[in-house]
Amino acid sequence: MTARRTRARLAADGALLLVGASFALPLLWLLFASLDSGANLRVRPPKSPTTANFEAVLTDEITFTPMLNSLLLCGGATLLTVVCAVLAAYPLSRHRSRFNRPFLLTVLFTTCLPITAVMVPVYGLFVQVDLIDTTHGTALFLATSQLPFAIWLMKNFMDGVPRVLEEAAWTDGASVPQALWRVVLPLMGPGVGVVTIYTFIMLWGNFFVPFMLLLSPEQLPASVSIFTFFGNHGSVIYGQLAAFSILYSTPVLLLYLLISRRLGGGFALGGAVKG
Amino acid sequence: MVRWLPLAPATVLLLLFLAGPIGYCVWIAFTDTQLTGASGSSFVGFDNFRRAFADGDFRNAVLLTLVFTFLSSIVGQNTLGLALAGLMRAASRPVRTVTGALVIASWVLPEIVAAFLLYAFFRREGTLNMILGWLHLPSQNWLFTLPILAVSFANVWRGTAFSMLIYSAALSGIPQEIGEAAAVDGASGPRRLWHVTLPMIRRSIGTNLMLNTLSTLSVFGLIWAMTRGGPGNRSQTLPVFMYDQAFVNSLIGYGTAVALLLLLVGALFSVVYLRLMKVEV
Repeated sequence: MTARRTRARLAADGALLLVGASFALPLLWLLFASLDSGANLRVRPPKSPTTANFEAVLTDEITFTPMLNSLLLCGGATLLTVVCAVLAAYPLSRHRSRFNRPFLLTVLFTTCLPITAVMVPVYGLFVQVDLIDTTHGTALFLATSQLPFAIWLMKNFMDGVPRVLEEAAWTDGASVPQALWRVVLPLMGPGVGVVTIYTFIMLWGNFFVPFMLLLSPEQLPASVSIFTFFGNHGSVIYGQLAAFSILYSTPVLLLYLLISRRLGGGFALGGAVKG
Repeated sequence: MVRWLPLAPATVLLLLFLAGPIGYCVWIAFTDTQLTGASGSSFVGFDNFRRAFADGDFRNAVLLTLVFTFLSSIVGQNTLGLALAGLMRAASRPVRTVTGALVIASWVLPEIVAAFLLYAFFRREGTLNMILGWLHLPSQNWLFTLPILAVSFANVWRGTAFSMLIYSAALSGIPQEIGEAAAVDGASGPRRLWHVTLPMIRRSIGTNLMLNTLSTLSVFGLIWAMTRGGPGNRSQTLPVFMYDQAFVNSLIGYGTAVALLLLLVGALFSVVYLRLMKVEV
């Protein structure tokens, strides 16, 4: 039995390492190219590693402005999503009503819709109401696109907070908003944290929405400004592109690490988890 | 009534920016609205849809969307995700950790960065051809000869982590004794998989297939950044076709009709999903 176990484990290890290697190759290119002043499209260790690529892209125009734009756009949208989701989750979790079920089913249904398909009419609508090429308009739409899933998650987290604690607070003279703010939210703090970070990660990586709704170069977030590396003079400096990609990806990778334990598999309960 | 007030901000946002555009979508799809030209839009009935079904490029996009979804989501992400989750249960801890981290990192990276990485991988002078050269296999310009295969692979690279996570959770819910009992009874590995494991995780399989398919149906950035739908229209899936019609050819009405069809397919999947999963609210 044990000999068979060992053989099975070796086989599984081998297979996993093979798959892991094929997933690693593109990532390895990113790492090597960012440190190579003469990077091309092949994976190869840099002959003399240098930080020149990073120094070259760390300018206002290339990195700082787009990253700041991303932060404003995604930060604002995340804040709006989380506030609206907490507020919406409260009655859905606490009050019984025949509207609950249809509302939640509609929300769940919406999380499954391909948002990509809505972008053409959204563009048309934004032109008509003069929201096109504005950061706040784009943030409003981004927030809405993540809202259904955020409501769904938040409601589930709030269901985990026992009602008795809130009722105790009411007896002590707290109003409903006070009880929500002082009792319920602190108890579901980790849940709110997960929803916040998850929403931010999704929005940070979103390309299509800002690509469609923002036009002026000085407003573009990093997901769209990355295209300026291409085509300006015909030749692409791959090393700098890689360096910028790393700078742009690092925040979400770190944030994901922060919540990865809670995300696990059970997190996938019915919702379009991928953007 | 006042206790339902907290629902208002979310509802207003959803109505304005989601239900609104979808409603607008339904209207525009029946008009001949264009981006350019002073002429206003007029109602044209089902013309856009008739035109779509008669349009070879549209049929090409439908076919490519089916190929892309089938290859990358149903075959690729789903099977690979299940295989990874299964292998991880048998593998040693360090290997499990490293492989899991690599697969998940590919998933967490922003879409556009993933697109660039895979673009570099598949280019004529890229890593894939370098490796094929070492193995003395013929190299080729993948993004030109097999663009739809290249973008499908890219989507597998990017999306497998999700299936892996779902299946890992599902498999860890199966008691170890059941598999061992079947093994004692003499069931071979494949038979155990088919008759014991798969039936026990069928709900997860359903969820995973549905969500994978839906998210693959709306992939735009990955394909657009890697190939722009080209060369010609050989990797032009429905979202890319929609974008090209609406913004490159300025046919907003026509592009929206395509978007509406995409939404309908998505809605159909969602309804099936909600029914199948018997979601408890």
